[in-house]
Amino acid sequence: MSDSVKDKVIQIIAEQAVLEVSDVKMDSSLEDLGIDSLGLVESIFAIEEAFDIQVPFNANDPSESEFDISSVAAIVKAVEQLVADQKA
Amino acid sequence: MKRVVITGQGTINALGHSVPDTLAAFREGRCGIGPLEIRDVDRLSIKIGGQVHGYEPEAHFNRQQIALYDRFTQFTLLAARQALAQSGLDFCGELSMESGVALGTSGGGMNTLDENYRSVYEDGKNRVHPFVVPKLMNNAAASHVSMTFNLKGPSFTVATACSSSNHAMGQAFHMIRSGMCRVMITGGSESMLCFGGIKAWEGLRVMSRDACRPFSANRNGMVQGEGAAIFVFEEYEHARARGADILAEVVGFAMTADASDIVMPSRQGAARAIEGALRDARLAPEDIDYINAHGTGTAANDKTECAAVADVFGPHADQLMISSTKSMHGHLIGGTGAVELLACIMALRDGIVAPTIGYEEPDPECTLDVVPNTAREADVNVVLSNAFAFGGLNAVLALRKV
Repeated sequence: MSDSVKDKVIQIIAEQAVLEVSDVKMDSSLEDLGIDSLGLVESIFAIEEAFDIQVPFNANDPSESEFDISSVAAIVKAVEQLVADQKA
Repeated sequence: MKRVVITGQGTINALGHSVPDTLAAFREGRCGIGPLEIRDVDRLSIKIGGQVHGYEPEAHFNRQQIALYDRFTQFTLLAARQALAQSGLDFCGELSMESGVALGTSGGGMNTLDENYRSVYEDGKNRVHPFVVPKLMNNAAASHVSMTFNLKGPSFTVATACSSSNHAMGQAFHMIRSGMCRVMITGGSESMLCFGGIKAWEGLRVMSRDACRPFSANRNGMVQGEGAAIFVFEEYEHARARGADILAEVVGFAMTADASDIVMPSRQGAARAIEGALRDARLAPEDIDYINAHGTGTAANDKTECAAVADVFGPHADQLMISSTKSMHGHLIGGTGAVELLACIMALRDGIVAPTIGYEEPDPECTLDVVPNTAREADVNVVLSNAFAFGGLNAVLALRKV
């Protein structure tokens, strides 16, 4: 299960960044991948649609949102948590 | 070039159904933002707005009119009635030909769209009311003002998102200044507080769930409002000859495009619009006493706006006052510059500067005097009103005490 969340999140991010899936590293930040604020909001929308979850994110203060977007790994972890919470 | 003055004003918005009620709220620093009362609000994650409450269309319009007037048109006509009544103008003969309407709106008949999409998509109906198109079109309000008051000169609608009203009022100003028109009814209106309207804005993730706190370090987004404000712009000699009460003079206007990003604001684009308005009005930066800020309460706008003001005004940036009344009436999108012009005129006429309410924590990136929380008495002679729209389209007006 966990792997599939990771694969899907990476696939979404790769599509947004117009990169190959293999070019998206777990320690990359969205900035490293060339994803700007609009790209971020669009990625979050795609994640919400893919997993049928609500991502707590406010573009006014990404650093203080409950959703950690500091790296691809952080996003994967946060999405896994949201998916698990939803099933609980 | 002709001089342009304002001889009438009217409004309906979350703070009141008239100019005196709205100005009283500005003076008291009263907040008009509260829980939204709209259909399907439980399916929204943003549940607050600057909604017009206690408004019954039937008290102002007959059945045939209501069938034709979307809420944004109703708001426009109510505000226009007040403005025209104050101006004392009656349009017939030559004056009618030389007078027009320039209004701003972004969404136009958004409630009509929302209701009718619901009807065909959700309720599965295959027939809609015959007036859907004339009711929802963006120019409906301008056309109904023209018909109601017999204005037969240049009349049109400007739709430039959050700058719509300022762009419209700037056009009205230019048309009188150039001699093309003698009177222009101008301002703007918006009514986007419906399920689809809010749902669309939720998607951008720039909306606050609790309050609009412009310039405050803990601000977390914008809050939508609704309503209208309408003004009578008139050629100065015409107003003077008939002994009209002159509320203020419009002395400058400028517009710029950022040409950079569809949603992120630009410091340079905003600064060029402010500079342009000063130049157009032949004002020095030191002449400006008060700026009604765009001040949306988003992280990006407020710091960019403060930086632009600092760039243009240099040391004088710390001497002038700048407040965002969106903290009280919300962001009226295409109508916002019009409602905010009421605060500019109040500052010039009554010497009272409307506050930025909800201000809780200083932000090192917004260190200007934002008139926090409490209105202030001051001798204000010249003001600016900023509007910086999505799409990077900026419009700044300059007004002077008469």
